[in-house]
Amino acid sequence: MEIVHPNSIDEALAGLGDGAIPLAGGTDLMVEVNFGHIRPERVIGLRRLAELKEWDGQRIGAGVTWRRIETHGPKALAEAARTVGSPQIRNAGTIGGNLGTASPAGDGHPFLAAVGASIELASTASQRTLTWQEFFTGVKETARRPDELIMAVHLPAGLPERQCFGKIGIRNAMVIATVCAVVTRADDGKTTVALGSVAPTPIRATGAENMISSIGHPSAGDLVEFQRLVSEEVRPITDHRSTEEYRRHGAGVLARRLLERCLS
Amino acid sequence: MIVELTVNGVPVTARVTNPGSLLDLLRDELGLPGSKNACEQGECGSCSVILDGELVCSCLVMAADAAGSSVTTVEGVSPDDGLHPVQEAMHHAGAVQCGFCTPGIVVAAVDLFARNAHPSSNEIKDALAGNICRCTGYGAIIRALEGVGATDEH
Ligand SMILES: Cc1cc2nc3c(=O)[nH]c(=O)nc-3n(C[C@H](O)[C@H](O)[C@H](O)COP(=O)(O)OP(=O)(O)OC[C@H]3O[C@@H](n4cnc5c(N)ncnc54)[C@H](O)[C@@H]3O)c2cc1C
Ligand code: FES
Ligand code: FES
Repeated sequence: MEIVHPNSIDEALAGLGDGAIPLAGGTDLMVEVNFGHIRPERVIGLRRLAELKEWDGQRIGAGVTWRRIETHGPKALAEAARTVGSPQIRNAGTIGGNLGTASPAGDGHPFLAAVGASIELASTASQRTLTWQEFFTGVKETARRPDELIMAVHLPAGLPERQCFGKIGIRNAMVIATVCAVVTRADDGKTTVALGSVAPTPIRATGAENMISSIGHPSAGDLVEFQRLVSEEVRPITDHRSTEEYRRHGAGVLARRLLERCLS
Repeated sequence: MIVELTVNGVPVTARVTNPGSLLDLLRDELGLPGSKNACEQGECGSCSVILDGELVCSCLVMAADAAGSSVTTVEGVSPDDGLHPVQEAMHHAGAVQCGFCTPGIVVAAVDLFARNAHPSSNEIKDALAGNICRCTGYGAIIRALEGVGATDEH
């Protein structure tokens, strides 16, 4: 096995290809290695690459850890960061690694979908920025080519102040989401609802968004209808963590509660 | 490949031929079995170490990626002539039963007090969220650490 510790992005990009595997915090990759699921021959160690840790306003470098996001991120993303694993996991795990794995349960993803973030990729030959919809292509599948690094996440300017993240799981700490969600609400009523763990990729509940965005002061009945629409729009499965029915119900309840928090 | 790193202040060199973990390197190559191996998937915290100033699970650090890094294990937290206040407090409070989780909890608590000298109960619980103990029910551990936070001796 060989590991390269690049001193610059250019060196890192030059090292990719030929089956080389990027390694950031290792909190996903090393589980695979320890359980014998993958055996990397060439590793590009990104943990100490300063350029990837840069955080410049709306551009969050791929190497930024959950620990930093927990204390410095926009409200709902910081709330999501706080629920990732444990202190040990948050000190090591990065937002870029969360995107690289692209687990349907990735806690960073609903925020990116809710605010319409984009993802910057680079290779030695090219640089491109994809919308979150273009980036996530399936369960643990993304549009990233093997010769590309995830460079950063770009958030749009002027995020709504009212934004909330929530997660349903079997306990409080150290839990992979059964359902996770972000709701944002702008002053003009425009509402976004994004959910994780209820479809192969993060999704937006656009029917529920359209319905509630046009209502300035939602009534109790409107909130019930909003919850119903969210439950109708998600596409969950039954697996070792939960059932389709529970996720469908939970998605609606969680989104409604987050909306109530945004409205209060 | 040859990996050079600093462990508990001492420069060490080890040969690494596979993508294995820092935990295995510490235990099997460097003769430091204090960090425990229980789950190898970041869930239990029994392998906790401080890597370049950050508390992490050593089972999730690739040994080869620790080249050039500085690591503190449970073997390195105490002064030469005694115990760290965290160890002392856990010992006195009966916060150790089978002891398997203890090294990880000690390292996590040492990291906590280095950043926050007087943590609240909730801050202590948050700091230990990544450390599983099957025996104690955590009560004695938390009481012990509350006692450490009440003094200025750490
Ligand atoms: C005990 C435990 C609890 C966890 N809890 C949660 C949780 O609550 N919520 C959650 O969302 N996740 C959780 N995770 C998963 C994991 O911690 C996160 O997904 C984390 O963000 C991964 O980041 P990393 O830097 O450790 O990635 P790594 O493991 O280093 O990499 C992950 C993948 O991304 C690729 N990669 C990394 N960086 C780049 C880059 N810049 N460009 C291209 N590819 C890249 C790697 O090749 C690899 O395939 C948990 C993991 C563990 C072990
Ligand atoms: S052995 Fe590392 S967390 Fe359990
Ligand atoms: S004392 Fe036995 S696991 Fe904690």
